[in-house]
Amino acid sequence: MTGTVYPALLIIGPLLAAILCSGFSWVEKRACYPVAAAGLLLAAYSAFRVLMEVLASGTIQYRMAGWPPPIGIELRIDLMNALVLMVVACIALVNLFASHRFVSRDLADREGTFYAVYLMFVTGILGVSATGDLFNLYVLLEITSLASYALIAMGDPDRSPLASLNYVFIGVIGASFYLLGVGYIYIMTGSLNMVDVASLLPAIHDSSAILIAFIFCMIGVWIKMALFPLHVWLPNAYTYAPLPVSRVIAPLMTKVMVYVMIRLMLTVFGLDYIFEKLDIAQAVVWLATAAILAGGVMALAQKDIKKMATYIIVSEIGYMVGGAWLGNKTGMTGSILHILNDAVMTFALFLAAGNIAFRLKNVHFSSLEGIFTKMPWTMTGFVLAGFSIIGVPPTCGFFSKWYLVIGGIEAGAYHFVAALIISSLICAVLFFRIFEIGFFSDDSHGHGHGHSAGPEMAEAPISMLIPLGITSLFLIGLGLYSGVIVNRIIHPFLG
Amino acid sequence: MDQIVSIKPLLAVLVSMFVIPVLVSSSRKPNVREAWTFAAGAVKFFLVVSMLPAVLNGKEIVLEMFEIAPGASIAFKVDGLGMLFALVASFLWMITTMYSIGYMRGLDEHGQTRFYSFFALAVSATVGAAFSANLLTLYLFYEILSLATYPLVAHHQDQKSKISGRRYLIFILGTSIGLVLPAMLYCYSVTGTLEFTNQGIFQAGQVSKPAMTVLLLMFVLGFAKAGIMPFHSWLPAAMVAPTPVSALLHAVAVVKVGVFSIVRVMTGIFGIDLLSSMNLGTIVAALASVTIIVGSCIALSQDELKRRLAFSTISQLSYIVLGVALLSPNGILGGVIHIVMHAFGKITLFFCAGAIMVATGKKYISQMEGLGKKMPLTFAAFFVGSLGVIGLPPSGGFYSKWFIILGTLESGQMIFMVVLLLSSFLNAFYFLPIVFKGFFPKNTESGSTAPSFVKIEEAPLCCVVPLTITALISIILFFTPDLFIDLIKTALGI
Repeated sequence: MTGTVYPALLIIGPLLAAILCSGFSWVEKRACYPVAAAGLLLAAYSAFRVLMEVLASGTIQYRMAGWPPPIGIELRIDLMNALVLMVVACIALVNLFASHRFVSRDLADREGTFYAVYLMFVTGILGVSATGDLFNLYVLLEITSLASYALIAMGDPDRSPLASLNYVFIGVIGASFYLLGVGYIYIMTGSLNMVDVASLLPAIHDSSAILIAFIFCMIGVWIKMALFPLHVWLPNAYTYAPLPVSRVIAPLMTKVMVYVMIRLMLTVFGLDYIFEKLDIAQAVVWLATAAILAGGVMALAQKDIKKMATYIIVSEIGYMVGGAWLGNKTGMTGSILHILNDAVMTFALFLAAGNIAFRLKNVHFSSLEGIFTKMPWTMTGFVLAGFSIIGVPPTCGFFSKWYLVIGGIEAGAYHFVAALIISSLICAVLFFRIFEIGFFSDDSHGHGHGHSAGPEMAEAPISMLIPLGITSLFLIGLGLYSGVIVNRIIHPFLG
Repeated sequence: MDQIVSIKPLLAVLVSMFVIPVLVSSSRKPNVREAWTFAAGAVKFFLVVSMLPAVLNGKEIVLEMFEIAPGASIAFKVDGLGMLFALVASFLWMITTMYSIGYMRGLDEHGQTRFYSFFALAVSATVGAAFSANLLTLYLFYEILSLATYPLVAHHQDQKSKISGRRYLIFILGTSIGLVLPAMLYCYSVTGTLEFTNQGIFQAGQVSKPAMTVLLLMFVLGFAKAGIMPFHSWLPAAMVAPTPVSALLHAVAVVKVGVFSIVRVMTGIFGIDLLSSMNLGTIVAALASVTIIVGSCIALSQDELKRRLAFSTISQLSYIVLGVALLSPNGILGGVIHIVMHAFGKITLFFCAGAIMVATGKKYISQMEGLGKKMPLTFAAFFVGSLGVIGLPPSGGFYSKWFIILGTLESGQMIFMVVLLLSSFLNAFYFLPIVFKGFFPKNTESGSTAPSFVKIEEAPLCCVVPLTITALISIILFFTPDLFIDLIKTALGI
């Protein structure tokens, strides 16, 4: 299937826009935003067309410049990465709209640079999700990471450079592990194309080099996705980044790394190898359980929405890794569904946090008193995001948890099930603590009787509210239609 | 059983949700806002009533909305049980709205738009729970109800309501996530369905008896809105809410969603036959009995009227659970009909407590001596409400006790009859003195000069009319309980 050009447009669109933006940043700064918007619109449209095409006629194999694999670069898009691409492209686009006001206020001197690097980041992450080649995946991953180092360093001038540097060191270690693993695979099979490698591997399953390759690849990916206890780089990097940046990196980067892990497990190494030859699945589920609980407990200790959210991400990574390693279809379904749901709900949470930060300049708990009166619309979105993370139906977080818990019960991994339930309870505490601060305000005198004039309403600009509104509606929409997503996309993919 | 597919159940649920934006947009015109609430209430009640004939004819009205996983969908089913509960809840919403106008304006409360909006949301969730076709849908509305009620409990936004709100959440959300959710998911993973059916969803031998016992207890205690001890103490705490909230939500809607959920799970998920073959009813009945007696005893010692009512509610809710746990037709009939009878009795009592509060500002029973002469109508209604809760004629409450006692005889568990009689005695002991002292004060300090002439100072009309209506209905139900008995019989096929 080489008829369609959309897989290429998907990546070339933002890439071209990135190059144009860096050019415009010297000439005409005001042109950067429309160019970026055009590039991402193109990407989102292409992602939509690709998804439709994959749904209609199955996996797309797109050969860059017509070179056949295993020599040429291949984009290989099946149901799973079509879904991931769709999410990535949409979130990147919506975040661009939501960030415009913020960027022109807080990053005015670096506007052009911001858009250019932002687009490079999106290009990379779309490439990671689309590629069918192990080495290309490494290259695109490095593009993504380099762009994100730069983006993170644009934040808080005191803290963000250090956080970014820390991220650079650990990120490079992670990437090196992955590269080493790929190197072993190449030595053993002479190929880098995922499907090709998958067909060559079963013959040499017993080789210890393949075992090493697998373990190196996994460790590399785990470092990049911040699986506990390899998570230490994440909270600071995401907290001190500027909000438009953490808003896109936090939902996407870790989730795409989970996608890469699942891709390596399903497409490259194969479930037979992982669950029958190796005996580590149970250990990984225990690790995921620890991640869920540790992330939750550390989130409890935070006094700032952004930092709390970063620890929630650490906990959510545990959900997805655990689900994928349960070794049954239900768990894997839950894990893939949670990639989608968690991306959207983390995004909604960060959007709401962004709106609050735009008005209050920080998102520390102590400044949130009376926030429900000040920013009712933003807080509605925040509440929905919170409910989704807790797992209250009918928001989408409930339904991926549903599959994960049932997968856990099927696999007999009751510790994982217990961790999921406890995590829900912890998240309930986390969010209701904030709701309580926002709902009660100490400065309302007496018992609040009479029509005492509360705090003035100071809502975020409309260009930030609409993205939040759309995203929070998606939280409910995705929840109600999760049956459709599972039946049309995830189950056909898993076969 | 015949099924009719119709969108009506969905509309009945959504009506009060759709009115919320309208309420918010008319927040500066209180009269318009309240008119809309009434309109929504009337439409909702009309929609519910319009499904009544079909249900009485033994049909079920169904609507499947979204399938989440095979055998687990978001779907509505209107049967006798759900119809009974929805009828009561939607009717009392209208009455309570009227009462709210009198109460909230009488006390000049703040945040009234928020109050009416979340009230409407809570009623939506209640009717949704009543019409749920399966456990997933029920859980969904149960959670929405928990969350919608929080801003109402914490309405005053002061330190006391903050602490109560916190306790409310910990108990309600903690148990539903910690106990009900895993139990529900376990049921699903074993049976592959969550649909309510009279036979239950378990095949013989699918789950061992110990596991079944644990599951049942997880459900019975997990639906903490039913206030079964030890998960009851959120209810007295929630009394900091404005009285209309205590009246409709914490005597009717919220607490009865808890009980209703337990009834649904016992009759629809486990099935009466399975429970009686495994002899699991006794455990639940024992739990309920403890709650009945202890709740009544604590109620005796409370001086704050609303708290006394709250403990009385805790004990009365367990009547319903006890009735169903007897696992005999008459027991179930008595338990379920108590949902209706207690609703009318207890809401009257709460309305009276609120009316006294609005008219005189008095919250404590010890301050209420002699008030009966000032507020004769209120105290008369209070008397009727008390009769309903104690279970004496001429009030509907008589039937629930009658049938539950028949149930204890049927199932041969006489000990529970003793529990019921003892509790009735305690009920009379903590309610009737209030009325008696209200009319015949012991020490009339000013009364010695002119005891015969006291000026009548009732609460505003909007408060007095609703409590008169509910008191009257409580009496009417004594003479015509057939509608509800028929509904229960069609639902359970007895």
